[in-house]
Order: sequence, then structure tokens, then C-alpha cells
Amino acid sequence: MDPTQTTLIGLRDAIAARKVSATETVKAYLHRIDRYNPPINAYHEVYDDLALKRAADVDAGNIKGPLAGVPIAAKDNMCTSYGRTTCSSRMLENFRAPYDCTAVKKLEDAGAIILGKTILDEFAMGSSTENSAFGPTRNPWDRDRVPGGSSGGSAAALAADLCAGSLGSDTGGSIRQPAALCGLVGLKPTYGRVSRYGLVAFASSLDQIGPFTRTVADSALLLQVMSGHDPLDSTSADIPVPDYVGELNQPLTGVRIGLAKQYLSDANDPVVAKAIDDAVAAFKKRGATIVEVDLPHTQYGIPTYYIVATAEASSNLARYDGVRYGHRTEHPEDLIDLYSRSRAEGFGPEVKRRIMLGTYVLSSGYYDAYYLRALKVRRLIKGDFDKAFEKCDAVLCPTTTGPAFRFGEKTDNPLEMYLNDVYTVNANLAGIPGVSVPGGFATVNGTKLPIGLQLLGKVFDESRLLRLAAVIEAEAGCSAQRPKL
Amino acid sequence: MPQKLTEQEVRHVAKLGRLRLGDHEVRQMTDKLSAVLDYVSKLNELDVSNVEPMAHAMDMANVLRDDVERPGLSIDLVLANAPEQSPPFIKVPKVIDDGGGA
Repeated sequence: MDPTQTTLIGLRDAIAARKVSATETVKAYLHRIDRYNPPINAYHEVYDDLALKRAADVDAGNIKGPLAGVPIAAKDNMCTSYGRTTCSSRMLENFRAPYDCTAVKKLEDAGAIILGKTILDEFAMGSSTENSAFGPTRNPWDRDRVPGGSSGGSAAALAADLCAGSLGSDTGGSIRQPAALCGLVGLKPTYGRVSRYGLVAFASSLDQIGPFTRTVADSALLLQVMSGHDPLDSTSADIPVPDYVGELNQPLTGVRIGLAKQYLSDANDPVVAKAIDDAVAAFKKRGATIVEVDLPHTQYGIPTYYIVATAEASSNLARYDGVRYGHRTEHPEDLIDLYSRSRAEGFGPEVKRRIMLGTYVLSSGYYDAYYLRALKVRRLIKGDFDKAFEKCDAVLCPTTTGPAFRFGEKTDNPLEMYLNDVYTVNANLAGIPGVSVPGGFATVNGTKLPIGLQLLGKVFDESRLLRLAAVIEAEAGCSAQRPKL
Repeated sequence: MPQKLTEQEVRHVAKLGRLRLGDHEVRQMTDKLSAVLDYVSKLNELDVSNVEPMAHAMDMANVLRDDVERPGLSIDLVLANAPEQSPPFIKVPKVIDDGGGA
């Protein structure tokens, strides 16, 4: 069998049954990386030797677990005690983390093999990977188009079969949007479900780690392994982790699917609109009730997000001062000059813009008008969901308005790029889980481009969300489709 | 909310954010940030006078752990990423004048 052309669980089972060895598996993936990573630029760093060594340990029976031998890619904003952790920024170009990110560590403890670290928009700020200091990642479905972002490298690595599953982080849609644009399942868990320890902070009240996979079942497995309380992250939830994998097979009875007009606008590509209709029909066929819900503050999500996220980012990124780690300028005049020039040289334009915006909305005289007001609107947005979830179990909506856009299409105007996240940011503001599932393909100039459907659920209701996602997966039937490279 | 952002304000915010910006960058930043601020002023459409601010998605406060001693990172590991060092210290430009008084 070709270990690079199956599902994560399929590969895991094949390795466990000794139909293929972990070493053969890792070699097959490394071979593909050699061939396809240069044109796609999904990985910034690949750990050949470490991966082969771990594979040999799996084959020798020294490493066991539910993910034994499975090659995984991690977004390069997750600290690993090996290799570099750069956040695709010049600021951290040579940074070597002294500890491991809990989510990555949990995968490794379950037997997974980390193949490498992937490209992102610098410090996860962006929706296309065009803000990476090490070049953008290209969409495997069409290399003239973006893979989405900020976790574009992790999405493209999986779409191109350069790993069997990957990790992203989602602050305003950074897992779900690239999953949609690359034809994958992308899950943002409830805030606090997965530890953020070792995830380089962007906006701490919104950031959450989650998996990219080819199938819903694979997503359940990675979530299963990563979830749970971590004493090293006091915001991680100290509540039991359900059996996501086992519960996937439980029947769905009496399910109520919510549709909100705010997410079904004319701006949606006709292919997206049709995919929603098809999903609605599939849910009805399985006995679900479709209910209309109202999320009246949806349109305020983007402005709220760009105040809250940049405020938190300006504070979080204050640590990059050129003193203890990261880039330091040469021949500073004094300490303030060292700070200001190190930061000016180390950060790219979008990161600077967000630090400026965040600093401004928190500054004396503007705090109430911008930041405090945004926090109040955040509560209104959460209130919308609380009310909606009295009437339904999950909201069905698009992940994005359409398929992947071309490079450069949205770089001139930051606002246009921000509007990409219009359907995803509210889940982060409210703290609820969201999953993007492949919903079909748009054909643009003869090229097939994936689109995604999104399900938004109640807090800590990932189990049901995944079961609902499986309905769309079965109906759309496109999870086995792969781009021609 | 306040009116259009000025270059002077941008320079002030850059100072607060410890970001050295060139003149060209200041002009660009003024334009782009003005556009974003103009857009986010959309939040003024809402009456939020009776709404409690929400800084965090989960209701939690003061998560405490037992005050037990545990090992931290070794000095070697901590210094490994320092741009300039003089073990066991990190080197920085002089902060305090020689002139005395302090």
C-alpha cells in the first residue's frame, strides 16, 4: 500500500497491522516532501533524522499508542524543543524553544511523528500566508491561489499528502478558512478544550489549537488525543473529555439544525449556496428539523474582532524587545532605541499595523471608545449564539463566501483581507467550537477549487458537532478527492 | 469616536508601541489605520449602555494551584536564545547614567 494515499486512521491501522512499517511511511512522506515542498512551500523546516529515528522506534515496538507511526505536521507557532520555532517571522528566525507545546507533546506521547513545522502568516496574522517572512504557501489545488491562512502551510501540507494530518491554530478562522480552501476538515475546538501552552500567543482570549484532517473520524481522533486539562495552561478546561471517536457512531436523533439569514447572503458563491441546500436536504433526510435562527450582531464581528485581537496582540507582542531572545538591532544608541529598532526590523508590515492598531485602541483617551465598546459588543455576539442554541443544536453556514483567491488579490487593502473572516470570527469571540467540512468544488477557468461548509456548535459539544459534520461528509462525498500535483 | 487619525498621533502610538517608523511608513500607516478605524466605528451604531464587557469567553477567575516548588528552566537553556550575553547574564545597553544622583 501507498501510506501517503490513505486516511490518518487507515494509515494508523495499516502500521499497527504491520501492512506497512513506520519507517517506510516516513520515507514515503519525506520523498514526497523533497519533490513537492519546493513548489508549494508548506514546510519551513523538516526533521528528517528525528522522524526516521522515531519511526525506527515505532517499528521496534518502543513507541506505542493510538497514533503510533503517524506523520504529522505542526504549525510553526507551536514550540518544539527541537528545531526552530519562527512564527514565519524574521523576529524569531533563529529561535529555538526550550520546551514543547502541550498539544504537540500529547500527539507525540500517543506515538505520532512530527515531520516538520509549517508556514503561517507572520505570528498568525493574516488569511492567505502572504504575510509570511519566508514566502507564501501555494494552494495544491491551484498554485496561483492562496491556501488560506493563517495556518495555510499546515492545510497545504495535508492537501498535498506531505503529512497524514496537521495542526493549526485558529484565532479568527485560521484553521477553518484554510481547511475550506484546501478541501479538508478543519476543527476549532471550544476555547479551553485544548491547552494553549507552548502556542506562541497572538490573542490569548481567542487562540485555540485544532486539527486538519481528511476525514471527520480522523479529526475526532486527533481531538481526542489533544484535549484535556493542562496544569500549564490555567485557561484549559478542567472537565472530562468525551469519547469523541466512539461517539461518532452514535445515531443522531431529534437534531435541530439552525440556519441564519446573516450567513446566507447574496455574497456567497452559487456553489456555496448550493452546497448549503444539499446539506440541508441531507439533514432532513436523516430526520433533522431545520429551524431559522437570528444572529443579528453577526455584521459587527469583524470590527469587534479587529479591536479585541489587535489589543491583545499589541500586549502579547511586547515581549519581542530584542533583549532575551529574537532579533536584536546592531549598535543601538540606548535601551529604547534597542527596543524600537529591533521591533521595526524584526516585524513585517501587517504585524506592525496590528501592533499600532492595538496600541491605539488601548491608549489613554481611546480605551473606552474602542476597546471597552468592542468587549461589550462581544457579549452581544455571544448572546446571539446563546439564544440561537435554545432553538437549535448547531448552526449550518458557509466557511467562506467562495473558493481560494489569487495571490495579491487582497493584499493592497487590509480591510478586504479582514473581511475574509466574516463567517469565522464570531465563533472565536463567543468561544464556541466550529468545524469546516469539504462541501464540494467550484470550477474556475477549468480548475477545481474546494469550498467548505461550517457547523457552529455549543460550547464543549464537539462530539455532536463531529457527528453532524459526518453527515455533510457523507453527502458531499469529496473527502477522498486529492489535487493533481 | 474621535475623528481622522493624524500623522502626529501615529508617531505617538509608534512610540508607545516601541516601533521605529520611517516617514514613509508613518504616512502609509496613517492612511491604512484611518481606513480601519473608520470601518470599526460601525460599532457606534449599537447601544451598549447596559451591556457588561466580555474580556474572556469562559467565566473563570483566579485559577490557583498549590504553591509547590518545582524546577524552572536552566540558565543555559534560557541564555541559549539571548542575542548578547555574559553568562549568567543577558547584556543590554547601559540603562543608568554614570552621573550618579540615583
